[in-house]
Amino acid sequence: MSIASPLTEPAAAPGRARRFLRRYPPLVLLAALFIILTLLISAAADWIAPYHYTTQDLSNRLLPPVFLGGLAQYPLGTDELGRDILSRLIYATRFSVIIAILGTSIGAVLGTLIGFIAAHFRGWVEETLMMLVDAQASMPFMLLALAVLAFFGNSLVLFIVVLGINGWENYARLTRGMVLSASSQGYAVAVHALGATPARIYTRHILPNILSVLIVQFTLNFPATILLETSMSFLGLGIQPPLTSLGQMLGSGRSHLLLAWWIAVLPGTMIFLSTLSISMFGDWLRDRLDPTLRNR
Amino acid sequence: MTAMVPLLAAKGLRRHFVLQRRGLWQRPVHLRAVDDVSFEIHPGETLGLVGESGCGKSTVGRLLLGLERPDAGEVAFEGRNIIGQKAAQWRAMRRRAQMVFQDPLNALDPRIGLGRQIIEPLQIHAVGDPASHAQRLADALDAVGLPQEVAKRYPHEISGGQQQRVVIARALVLDPSLVVCDEPVSALDVSVQAQVVNLLGRLQRERNIAYLFISHDLKVVRHLSHRVAVMYLGQLVEVADRESLFREPLHPYTQALIAAVPVPDPTRRGRRILLQGDPPSPIDPPSGCRFHTRCPHAQPVCRERVPPLDPAGSQRWVACHLVTRAKESP
Repeated sequence: MSIASPLTEPAAAPGRARRFLRRYPPLVLLAALFIILTLLISAAADWIAPYHYTTQDLSNRLLPPVFLGGLAQYPLGTDELGRDILSRLIYATRFSVIIAILGTSIGAVLGTLIGFIAAHFRGWVEETLMMLVDAQASMPFMLLALAVLAFFGNSLVLFIVVLGINGWENYARLTRGMVLSASSQGYAVAVHALGATPARIYTRHILPNILSVLIVQFTLNFPATILLETSMSFLGLGIQPPLTSLGQMLGSGRSHLLLAWWIAVLPGTMIFLSTLSISMFGDWLRDRLDPTLRNR
Repeated sequence: MTAMVPLLAAKGLRRHFVLQRRGLWQRPVHLRAVDDVSFEIHPGETLGLVGESGCGKSTVGRLLLGLERPDAGEVAFEGRNIIGQKAAQWRAMRRRAQMVFQDPLNALDPRIGLGRQIIEPLQIHAVGDPASHAQRLADALDAVGLPQEVAKRYPHEISGGQQQRVVIARALVLDPSLVVCDEPVSALDVSVQAQVVNLLGRLQRERNIAYLFISHDLKVVRHLSHRVAVMYLGQLVEVADRESLFREPLHPYTQALIAAVPVPDPTRRGRRILLQGDPPSPIDPPSGCRFHTRCPHAQPVCRERVPPLDPAGSQRWVACHLVTRAKESP
């Protein structure tokens, strides 16, 4: 079973439905639907969650989901403190999504900016920045993040900034290379010859032309940020209780895996599905954003 | 052409590119792309600049527009020196001098609609308000003979000839007094070439634009130019008005170039002058006259002394010891 097959299949027979499916492959539609659903759930968490994520019901601990013989009032069961897993899942998704969006955006903006600066100034500025990139790339980021959080203490803001720093080097390297090659392209030279300022050339011409690659990098980086956040939270250095995130749920459910597997498996499934959806959607988006491929 | 104030005067332009060192300890290699080139362009005239590929024609065009900084020499445009200007002044000059490129598809941004690209010069130089831009866009499309709906298209959706018309429209939207055309038709089909050349000619008559028309195609240059400058290995070898140059080329290199143009006339056979070998490398040009290695009339003096670009008649210059000597001796 290949995920990419709907994207790469050769031309199908004519027909409106066929053409629609070729433009919007079913798996991509499914992925988009899942992303939208996730975002909606995150946005509406306060209204749709049956309970608050800290509400405990100590008489109903470690209850299985309703389809495994649990109670109807706790559709996905309860954890070791009798908290509703459905509600916690909704809130955890919201936290993970917000943190991943913020973290990935910080990395993307920072890295892209650094890439542009390196490509514009060249010389020692470029060499220094690229040295930083290499330094960052040659360090296991997990260790760095653990060290920073252990040293400065854990705060939500610091945690998000640390997540943002993860991955900036990819954007910087990509952006620098693409800006350098785009600057020598005819259109950049032509617009320069018209008298445009470098700022205009970069923002109006080069950035839109390299944006598709950056978006692909964003969609690759986004799941990585979610995974980093969940790993850190799993290790207990990320989101701290009583706040919750998918990784934190996964981590606390680990000790009950034999007795109540659903506590860990449900958030784990959510992590898997959301990262997969975003990756697939990003892949499709890259093809759509290229106008030279648009009418194919 | 009497004592007119030239629109553009280039004096002693020189540009040497520093190439990558071949080895760590070797001295960097210089490529002499343009060496001591001087000429003038008058308002409303076309100066054709011809030469083999790699002789530095395009570099001259870029030097004139300040896209490249010369190592020596100066360029005066509309009476003002443009070399070493501050960025803001250079940008102001950009309103009056534009460029048309060889590969039009490459010169257009693939992701922006053509209409927006045509009026982009107006936005860059903050000319007029958005309402007037729409009118200017319509006028520009009319002027280059494109249908209005092209404004909504993207570069890859139209033909090469149409792309070049868009590039010309973009170059003209600011009403420049000089347009540097760098091989504007060599990437186009022959049938389209004629259309674009005729368009350039018509626009020149309507708007009194001066062109520097860079090309290796003598037929096109002959059709469009008032005067022609011939370049060989980074130097000008002959400058003359079109009629005299094609009727009676003085420099042996010009003679060879013109003789190589196929003439549809079976009676004029056997007058081709074949040049020996490839042009020498501009990294290590020959001593004396750079053409002496391939010149059928080379003399010992050609190997030793560099021939200056001397006057040879009215409004005519040639850099050849033989021509100058022939004038002096009789």
